[in-house]
Amino acid sequence: MSIVPFLIAVLLVRSIRNTLKTFNHPKKWDQWANGSNSAIVFIFIIQIIFRHEHIFDWIWDFILLAIVGIIYQEEQLHPVKAFGLSIVPYVVVSLIKNGLTLFSSEFDNKWSGYVGTAQAFAIVWIFASWFTSNRQQKAMEKEREKRRQEEELNRAIAARKVELEAMVKERTAALQQQKEELQHALAELRTTQDQLIQSEKLASLGELTAGIAHEIQNPLNFVNNFSEVSAELVDEMEEELEKGDVKEASAIAADIKQNLEKIRHHGKRADGIVKGMLQHSRNNSGERQLTDINNLADEYLRLSYHGLRAKDKTFNATMTTHFAENLPKINIVPQDIGRVLLNLFNNAFYATQQKQKTAGAAYKPEVTVSTSFTDTFLEIKVKDNGMGIPEEIQDKILQPFFTTKPTGEGTGLGLSLSYDIVVKGHSGSININSKEGVGSEFIINLPLRT
Amino acid sequence: MKVLVVDDEPDVQPLFMQRFRKEIKNREVEFSFALSGEEALNYLHRDGSEIVLILSDINMPGMSGLDLLKEIRHEHLSAPPYVMMITAYGDQENYQQAMQNGANDFLTKPVDFNSLKEKLKTFVS
Repeated sequence: MSIVPFLIAVLLVRSIRNTLKTFNHPKKWDQWANGSNSAIVFIFIIQIIFRHEHIFDWIWDFILLAIVGIIYQEEQLHPVKAFGLSIVPYVVVSLIKNGLTLFSSEFDNKWSGYVGTAQAFAIVWIFASWFTSNRQQKAMEKEREKRRQEEELNRAIAARKVELEAMVKERTAALQQQKEELQHALAELRTTQDQLIQSEKLASLGELTAGIAHEIQNPLNFVNNFSEVSAELVDEMEEELEKGDVKEASAIAADIKQNLEKIRHHGKRADGIVKGMLQHSRNNSGERQLTDINNLADEYLRLSYHGLRAKDKTFNATMTTHFAENLPKINIVPQDIGRVLLNLFNNAFYATQQKQKTAGAAYKPEVTVSTSFTDTFLEIKVKDNGMGIPEEIQDKILQPFFTTKPTGEGTGLGLSLSYDIVVKGHSGSININSKEGVGSEFIINLPLRT
Repeated sequence: MKVLVVDDEPDVQPLFMQRFRKEIKNREVEFSFALSGEEALNYLHRDGSEIVLILSDINMPGMSGLDLLKEIRHEHLSAPPYVMMITAYGDQENYQQAMQNGANDFLTKPVDFNSLKEKLKTFVS
């Protein structure tokens, strides 16, 4: 009968092993199970060899109790608890039987029937319990498998999520970089625009230089000539005084006085031109000051004309001015409005110059500047009898970078800057009347009280 | 000798009058002035027959000195005047144009009055 405890022990170890399989367990448990199995088999073999059944009955009882004890002690082996418990009755019956066998030799006759029955029941109980335990274990394993799959799915989802997050992060970084690049490009564009405006100022200054040279040369010639002639006159006056001709001497003195006045006048003229040039080239926008528009327009009209003539000496144009008398002084930034006027004059002369190339000898280029005023507004009109502006581009000419001039000759910023200066800087307006082939008229209105 | 000075700068007039003060006083020379090419032509048409010498600026708004020169040479006046051109730009282009159009002499600004006087003296003799 000693094969029964051996089988129970093997079953127990197997159950424990199966239970252990379902979760991550330390390696020592595998070793333990293998060791136990070997030990059980070893004991069984010894038992067969020695055939000393009584001792081995005791040994098997203790082995089984030890295994049940281990099952109870280890929390991880909780699932086989019920199975382990089912062994207890068999062990108890076996212990009683062994005990009885130890104390009474008549055991066989008196009790063996009861003990055998009890033992049979205990064994049936064990196998039923094992069967149930096995089923439970399988169900649990199934459950575990399901949970494992769910976990795997969750893990996959989590991994995907991380992946997606990384992608989003990557995208965001790319967008951020693009944004930064765009911002950088914008800043660069702004700088370039500022530089272009500055170079437009310099370009118009370059155009001015020839005009300025001419404009300064003339008064300087007068200063030199009048001072030379005055020196001569002083000599003559002394001669007259020696001769005693006081009347003639005083006439000469009057001339000298007049000459000194002229020297002063032309000196101031040159001075004004230099100052105007300095103001024009100044980078920062200047301050508003009360300005005589008639003077300003006259000054820049001449500068523009002589600037153009310096480039094209065969060009001639009539400059006509209709300046309103008693024109009130107006509070403006003179170099800014001067730049606007210079631009309009340059354009006007350019238009007449272009027309002269195709028109007959009878064509007389003419640029007219008129000023007038009302209670609230001051008007400057710049008119030419040049080529005129085709209707389809009239609404484009104030746009930045629009130019009709050949590449490299115009920046296309002149009129757009003029528009900004008049409309944004001075709350005024620019109006254009033009007819192709007949001429153009630019009308600037500036508010008198600002 | 009657001289017509054409220049758009009005201050040229007192300058000539003073520079040639002695000559004017001695009636060696007599000056007339015009402020533009058009005015000069009108003057010549009106009573220009006595004018023997014209001193003209080239750079003038409207009719330039060169235009005036062309007109004068075109008109075949009975006694064609001697024309001297004056310009602020002492450049070859204007010089050649003036010479091609029949200018007799060429002066550059600032005008050297002493050499002008010399020229006038040789011209008279």
